Amino acid sequence: MTVMEQRGAYRPSPPPAWQPRTDPAPLLPDAEPYRVLGTEAAGKADPGLLRRLYGELVRGRRYNAQATALTKQGRLAVYPSSTGQEACEVAAALVLQDRDWLFPSYRDTLAAVARGLDPVQALTLLRGDWHTGYDPHEHRVAPLCTPLATQLPHAVGLAHAARLKGDDVVALAMVGDGGTSEGDFHEALNFAAVWQAPVVFLVQNNGFAISVPLAKQTAAPSLAHKAVGYGMPGRLVDGNDAAAVHEVLADAVRRAREGGGPTLVEAITYRVEAHTNADDATRYRGDTEVDAWRDHDPIKLLEHELTTRGLLDDAGIQAARDAAETMAADLRERMNQDPALDPMDLFDHVYAEQTQQLREQRAQLQAELEAEGETP
Amino acid sequence: MTTVAVKPATMAQALTRAMRDAMAADPTVHVMGEDVGTLGGVFRVTDGLAKEFGEDRCTDTPLAEAGILGTAVGMAMYGLRPVVEMQFDAFAYPAFEQLISHVARMRNRTRGAMPLPITIRVPYGGGIGGVEHHSDSSEAYYLATPGLHVVTPATVADAYGLLRASIASDDPVVFLEPKRLYWSKDSWNPDEPQSVEPIGRAVVRRSGRSATLITYGPSVPVCLEAAEAARAEGWDLEVVDLRSLVPFDDETVCASVRRTGRAVVVHESGGFGGPGGEIAARVTERCFHHLEAPVLRVAGFDIPYPPPMLERHHLPGVDRILDAVGRLQWEAES
Repeated sequence: MTVMEQRGAYRPSPPPAWQPRTDPAPLLPDAEPYRVLGTEAAGKADPGLLRRLYGELVRGRRYNAQATALTKQGRLAVYPSSTGQEACEVAAALVLQDRDWLFPSYRDTLAAVARGLDPVQALTLLRGDWHTGYDPHEHRVAPLCTPLATQLPHAVGLAHAARLKGDDVVALAMVGDGGTSEGDFHEALNFAAVWQAPVVFLVQNNGFAISVPLAKQTAAPSLAHKAVGYGMPGRLVDGNDAAAVHEVLADAVRRAREGGGPTLVEAITYRVEAHTNADDATRYRGDTEVDAWRDHDPIKLLEHELTTRGLLDDAGIQAARDAAETMAADLRERMNQDPALDPMDLFDHVYAEQTQQLREQRAQLQAELEAEGETP
Repeated sequence: MTTVAVKPATMAQALTRAMRDAMAADPTVHVMGEDVGTLGGVFRVTDGLAKEFGEDRCTDTPLAEAGILGTAVGMAMYGLRPVVEMQFDAFAYPAFEQLISHVARMRNRTRGAMPLPITIRVPYGGGIGGVEHHSDSSEAYYLATPGLHVVTPATVADAYGLLRASIASDDPVVFLEPKRLYWSKDSWNPDEPQSVEPIGRAVVRRSGRSATLITYGPSVPVCLEAAEAARAEGWDLEVVDLRSLVPFDDETVCASVRRTGRAVVVHESGGFGGPGGEIAARVTERCFHHLEAPVLRVAGFDIPYPPPMLERHHLPGVDRILDAVGRLQWEAES
């Protein structure tokens, strides 16, 4: 028998049927970032909400300025400012219900404050007297997260756990454009989509990861387009249009709450200040670029909309500024007091039950402090 | 008195039983990982759990270790008690950032407000003929990270008792399972009431007067074998099974060394920067005036884990242990 005869008759067969598992078309972001202010959509926006957003933006801007000033006075170790990004910070906090959870990054103390956290507690990490200054369960705000994008899987897990328990809880997780390059961003979005977890990812694309511009970060058509690869919708929004960010996030939160699964929102904004007070932005960008964004400012945009439509007058503007000034004065006064430090805290929360080794080391430090005449 | 014939159970079965009992006792216990559901795990340690408790309680996750541990953190934040399986020692490395930057620190970061009761099961160690990335002894990475407990059983009974205690712990536990002992059997009887072993207590597996072998996990049976062989040389060796590297039981270890006056630390992990260096230092600091000889170490070589056909040269064996015991300055006694 020849080899040809052994082979017998083979008829090539087509592969088993294949079709895309999800229709990608509805997941694609719009061609342009969504805007409300200055468009017809603004007429449909709730005036009460717009006024509330305005008050929070003014307060947020003042908070950023005050925190930056505190670094110069040596009262904060470092401050990554969200100046220019207040619309995203404020909207993220305002779209959530009390029972929902917020997962901020280190630049998002303003979102935590807008959610109701005491600014002094929110700034504890950056003052340096402890890593987290608040009980996360109190306002459902996870600890500020420094390692980029690592808080995203936490948000997914929490939302998943809540759904398993039958609780109506949505998690909103915040990350920057640089963070989208991290592996945890990918893994979090993938888990969220596979589990259909009630979670919303808000990417604040502020143009820079410290000094590195987005062009060196990704070749994706937009960061919102990344959603399609995971099988979730991506939304593009003008991140300096507070009404638009609020509407897009509220839609995503509603969708998550109703069992529709996760959404990725990319908000186009700009980091007007340097990365932190320790950074020098003149080394990597010019003033012209910054100036262009200063005119597309979240407060100016909303103020223009409200005053043009007769929803805000000079007295209203002054009232917002006064409220912000009161907050800043209170923050300044309390931050100018030295925090109470207890070195024994260093040992007391490492484990539920202290190990023998830590008991010994704790006793050693205590003895050293007593010898120095400090009574812990 | 009648003796009941007991069908011997393996360490893998004891681990399964521990998770099953924990899941039955506490609805917040969730098992998750790669292939842990329908398949029951590549070592079958989660066999039957998805069937008994449903896929929401024993979940096949996407293949992404950082995502597995990262989502487990979020689940623990919401009050669940995740038991995470990392499929192999070297496959746990992608989860390191979550482990070190979050799992180990969350309690401390939040002054106790947000403890993370997560058990991370990691099959570890060599001796099963695994190809590259399937035989690492990764314990030194874990024990260098404050905030984690690091536990490893050497007997079938301990596999049950220590895993139950780890799942019940309000702290994160890296639970290292010596994969070459998965199929080992001893007198553990699954039909008897089970005991939960406290974390942090070492045990003396074999009493002796001449010298102490300090060891854990896969090296415990090797040390017991070495102790038997040492009788021919006239040495009566004590074997201490640490069971927990963190917390470390200085008391049991040092009590033994003070009795015998000589000690050898035995583990598969490389010697340089391995647990043995820390253990030898601790023993020396605490027992110096009882020591007749320097504390010696028998460890894996300081090389990447060998290919399977060469691993027997790397793993601490009876001869290498006895050779070390022989170097404990016995001539000083004559």
